[in-house]
Amino acid sequence: MKAFTYEKARSPAEAAAAAERHPGSRFIAGGTNLLDLMKLEIEAPPHLIDVNGLKLDRIEPVDGGGLRVGALVRNTDLAADPRVRRDYGVLARALLAGASAQLRNKATTAGNLLQRTRCPYFYDTNLPCNKRVPGSGCSAIGGYTRNHAIVGQSDACIATHPSDMAVAMQLLDAGVETVRANGSTRVIPIADFYRLPGTTPHIENTLQSGELITSVVLPRPLGGKHFYRKVRDRASYAFALVSVAAVVQPDGSGRVALGGVAHKPWRVPAADAAMGRGAGATVDTLLAGAKTTSENAYKVPLVRRTLESVLVDAKKG
Amino acid sequence: MDDLSDMKLSRRDLLITGAAAATSAAIPGAAVAQATGAASPQAMTPPPTMAKTTLRVNGQRRELTLDTRTSLLDALREHLKLSGTKKGCDQGQCGACTVIVNGRRINSCLSLAIMHDGDEVTTIEGLGTPEKLHPMQAAFVKHDGYQCGYCTPGQICSAVATLDEIRQGIPSHVSADLNVKPLLSVGEIRERMSGNICRCGAYSNILDAITEVGGIKA
Repeated sequence: MKAFTYEKARSPAEAAAAAERHPGSRFIAGGTNLLDLMKLEIEAPPHLIDVNGLKLDRIEPVDGGGLRVGALVRNTDLAADPRVRRDYGVLARALLAGASAQLRNKATTAGNLLQRTRCPYFYDTNLPCNKRVPGSGCSAIGGYTRNHAIVGQSDACIATHPSDMAVAMQLLDAGVETVRANGSTRVIPIADFYRLPGTTPHIENTLQSGELITSVVLPRPLGGKHFYRKVRDRASYAFALVSVAAVVQPDGSGRVALGGVAHKPWRVPAADAAMGRGAGATVDTLLAGAKTTSENAYKVPLVRRTLESVLVDAKKG
Repeated sequence: MDDLSDMKLSRRDLLITGAAAATSAAIPGAAVAQATGAASPQAMTPPPTMAKTTLRVNGQRRELTLDTRTSLLDALREHLKLSGTKKGCDQGQCGACTVIVNGRRINSCLSLAIMHDGDEVTTIEGLGTPEKLHPMQAAFVKHDGYQCGYCTPGQICSAVATLDEIRQGIPSHVSADLNVKPLLSVGEIRERMSGNICRCGAYSNILDAITEVGGIKA
């Protein structure tokens, strides 16, 4: 790990200003992903800004029905909150399907959104990776691609986004609230938060340099039945091969989002409209234009079957 | 000692040189990127930064001056000589480094010591002593919940926290109904212990130990 200087920020605005003063610095909260990457020198910030003291660890109701989740709310606490369990079951389920209890105790809401890919070529510093070293090439293309993206990928990057929580946030149309170095704030709809890799896979979201996430707002509850079905190589503590987040209403309408298939949580508005016509029609829309390899072509039928099982369960009493 | 550290250095240098040569031969793109990186000031190793931190470890106040890079795990093992907590993977995948901080289990390898200023840390040494074992320690002994024992301190800290989390009503991936208190069941314990890997495969005995302390039949 490269040496770094360290400070504790006392307010969100102070943290954002500190980030601007220290080019290349990183905010640190739970640290469960950043420190891992720093050990491998995939991340080598010269300065860390500890944001744990910012008092952004509350979950509060918002006007009009909804919840504002502080950026520092731990994954454990978000999943255990009675309001989240009752009204946003898909989110609680997604959180509980991710990582281990130890990691969920540290990992924060904002940090989870900003997780980096677990593409093995991103982690292997002996190999080219456009996400790690822009312009160096993609080792995954033509490599071992069983866990890679099947939609939205580019000639520069075929990595997937690892977060379960973010898939549920995408389904719920969450808003990401931020503060910038000049003190101004904004709300980024989660649909506009993540970027597809294109020619710049190292730029993963629309945050500006030094911009700090302060909270995530969940709109008013959707009702219906909530599902987060994650398919993985072992029963617990593994990243998704594919995952399906869904909210299904009594009349069969609903929403669906996917994890494990793209560079970002994958949602296609037209697919929601197809939900009444069953899993086949929905997945045809969700994965239209999918580009698979012989190693990850299994994801297409796996997504269809997973959604099928969710829709079957949704019909049960 | 001096001779030894010289040897270590030269061996490491040799490995680095070897790796770089292999990379440049196999992948020209990466070699260019590496060479560019090496020339930039960013790639030079800056001097360590030291910082003070005070932990409460197993009830005792411990003041430390540490390199900012020091993990909580290394602070415990190398600076406080509490070597009960183990370093397995050092990347949050195995759970051998599990300790309880402010009542919650965490991977001490993925946390900086300086971020725990003022925190209460409980390690395996703080749970019980050889004369007066914690009930979970006694149950692991009784049920032979280990072979080599390397993952055991992490397993035991994690097991104690697991029962606590169920008591507090924190749900898990296998909780059938999110809106009721989770059950103290074998299924719940298995899921909640998934962050602790045992390479010897003593899982069934570990499960027996935890279910006994939890007061349920395996």
